[in-house]
Amino acid sequence: MVTKEKKDDPEVLLSMEQAEKHFHGVHALKGVSITLRRGTVHAICGENGAGKSTLMKILMGDYQADAGNMYLKGQPVLFQSPRQALAAGIAIIEQELTPIHDMTIAENIFLGREPLYAGLFVNYGELNRKAGEILARIKVQLDPNRKMKTLSVAELQMVEIAKALSYHSEILIMDEPTSALGEKETDILFGIIAELKRQGTGIFYISHRMKEIFRIADEITILRDGEYICTKPASELDQDSLVSLMISRKLEGQYVKENTPTSTPLLSVRDLHRKNRHQPISLDLHRGEILGIYGLVGAGRSEFLESVFGVERPDGGEILINNRTLRIRSPYDAIQNGMAFVTEDRKGSGLALILSVKDNSSLASMRKSYRGVLINRKKESQDVQRAIDFFRIKTPSERQLVRNLSGGNQQKVVLGRWLLTTPSVLLMDEPTRGIDVGAKREIYKFISDFTRQGNGVILVSSELPEIMGMSDRILVFKNHALSGEIARKDASEEILMQMAT
Amino acid sequence: MATSTDSKGASRFWSFVWELRIIIALLVICIILSFASDYFLIQSNLINVLRQVSINGLLSIGMTFVILTGGIDLSVGSMLAFGGVVTASFVSNAYKHVPNLHPLLAILIGLSAGVALGAVNGLVISKVKVTPFIMTLGMLSIARGLTFIYTNGMPVTDLNKDFLVIGQGYIWFLPVPVVIFLAAFILAWVILYGMKFGRYVYAVGGNARSARISGINVSFIIFMVYVISGFLCALGGILLTARTSAGLPQAGQAYELDAIAAVVIGGTSMTGGKGALLGTLMGVLIIGVINNGLDLLSVSSYYQQVVKGLIIVGAVMLDYFQADSDR
Repeated sequence: MVTKEKKDDPEVLLSMEQAEKHFHGVHALKGVSITLRRGTVHAICGENGAGKSTLMKILMGDYQADAGNMYLKGQPVLFQSPRQALAAGIAIIEQELTPIHDMTIAENIFLGREPLYAGLFVNYGELNRKAGEILARIKVQLDPNRKMKTLSVAELQMVEIAKALSYHSEILIMDEPTSALGEKETDILFGIIAELKRQGTGIFYISHRMKEIFRIADEITILRDGEYICTKPASELDQDSLVSLMISRKLEGQYVKENTPTSTPLLSVRDLHRKNRHQPISLDLHRGEILGIYGLVGAGRSEFLESVFGVERPDGGEILINNRTLRIRSPYDAIQNGMAFVTEDRKGSGLALILSVKDNSSLASMRKSYRGVLINRKKESQDVQRAIDFFRIKTPSERQLVRNLSGGNQQKVVLGRWLLTTPSVLLMDEPTRGIDVGAKREIYKFISDFTRQGNGVILVSSELPEIMGMSDRILVFKNHALSGEIARKDASEEILMQMAT
Repeated sequence: MATSTDSKGASRFWSFVWELRIIIALLVICIILSFASDYFLIQSNLINVLRQVSINGLLSIGMTFVILTGGIDLSVGSMLAFGGVVTASFVSNAYKHVPNLHPLLAILIGLSAGVALGAVNGLVISKVKVTPFIMTLGMLSIARGLTFIYTNGMPVTDLNKDFLVIGQGYIWFLPVPVVIFLAAFILAWVILYGMKFGRYVYAVGGNARSARISGINVSFIIFMVYVISGFLCALGGILLTARTSAGLPQAGQAYELDAIAAVVIGGTSMTGGKGALLGTLMGVLIIGVINNGLDLLSVSSYYQQVVKGLIIVGAVMLDYFQADSDR
């Protein structure tokens, strides 16, 4: 009977009851119910594989539930495709953005729905005016005539939101919208969300970042292993209680840090520079040290790591390992000298998704498992199995395609690949982006253990708690240059933000 | 409970069938043809099919390497012709201005010619980053032009008898071209599945950027697959020359279509990273068997082309269905 009330409540935009979904014998959703109210942010929390994405895909018509009912403003609905959901006012801001880079902002927003002259020719004046209106509505100052390829990731996201709004959507689904954003851009996004709430939009919000959830969520629904656990007002939960509901086992503090930095330099960089990417940068990474690099998105951190690893050729400067100058002209040289690089973009530059766990894991260390002219398949398999065991990668077999793994397990495959090259210097760019709490913790534990053995890690991250929780020293990048350094004990969120902006 | 185990067993059965779909398709075609024509199953006809497919087979092996990296080689037919006439010129009594060499030496020169053309493809694609489609489309025209220039547009005839053996001879009961094709297939298998080069080919096609960051020399891998293609094309051209007793400058026109078709029917993805050499072999055989079967049934070659086209599109559509149900 509660259902009846919810259904008829005008404040309820959408309600889903007892949704069930099976995939190839996997029970992905077990009787999940959720209600979205007008002008609220409803966070959906759970580890990877808890069923968040499946639930969202049902809401937006990508999948159809095997059982259960969905009501949109009291009317029963059943979406057969995302197009239908969109027409009914449900839009999603995807985790992976898919802009058409050579088109303008306005063209992207109204792709396929351009205002026309005489039903044939695009009315660009009208197009830009309408796009400008929507951007103004969310208080974003971008010229609708700018090309998408000139935008930062944060700006792309804003365009994506504008696009969703252009469909007059009252329900927005945001899947990890801040995963590519720095603190400052996140603030802007949250400003937009607040504005949308004021206008009566309901938002489903998925994120692994606890702090954010508590900043913006009104209600929180928790899923675990496809099961509905509970829905509570955000004010009744705190970070610890939320995490314990999500993972059912209590975590004793998220960060694991048991390393002790020494003063022996391991990797030294001297005046390394690359035109238009980053200014001359010098730093020392010591044995046993975790060196954090903080900065806003676009501050040149990733570009700097690419120069160090030889992905892109720097214009000048020196790189030394153990006080020996190296010639690094390609990633191959970097790997030969004991470096490893976990890139920012797992799917774009980390993994080949259509290849197996084995093929991805053994890729960088292939030359080590050789017998004469042929690959020693037995040794290769043993090595891969070692990586799978070491990181407890959840995969039915080494032959499973990487694209079928969860984000956390995919990231572990990347780590496993580098583990097999036995590196001493590990460069990590946003290593925990978009992965669940449990896997995050395992990665922190690995970083800690790895440096305890006298190795060094450079950790680039946009998450302040992560940077502060893991680093021994923190370097801050700003406008493609090093803007300062701060010791672990002196760091605070305020100071770091100040140095970065 | 019982039903759920049954359905699990059934789905396992169907996924097994799916894995073997190309082999099953080949068998079904063979069974139909053996009922439709009394000649199809006899040994001499089957060997004839093998002989007919051996040249497309060689091109398709090279094409598999290229397509696995996400590329394409449209110039195979022209490279085949060039390798063929160059070799022919060195074993021809009619070509007074080129020395008459030992057949093996002539073959070596012809193969080098193919490698050289493939290397040009590979260099421009991997270093200058011209897209494979455009570069090899250019080479299709360039190599064909060179072939006509070299021969003045005339067939190279009056070839050394010893040379003709590799096109017309037999080893035990198998035609020499078939033996050479099988040997090339086995060698390619070893390279693709036994050596790191093969893994790197898949890695480059799967995600070139990830491969590069893992320390793989992506340019070199891309360069090499075009060299391999050039080599196999020249080898195919030499076999064709020996079989027809003449180096024909117009040989191999439109051969790229059958080679690409075989690779695609074999389940290799045009975007790279996914596919298998065994599939290509099945693709080559399916095309060969259908050509042969329709010939035996005296179906007009016009219809044969339609049938072949339908099979190509059908094979790719099947793959899309699977990709869909994979999600």
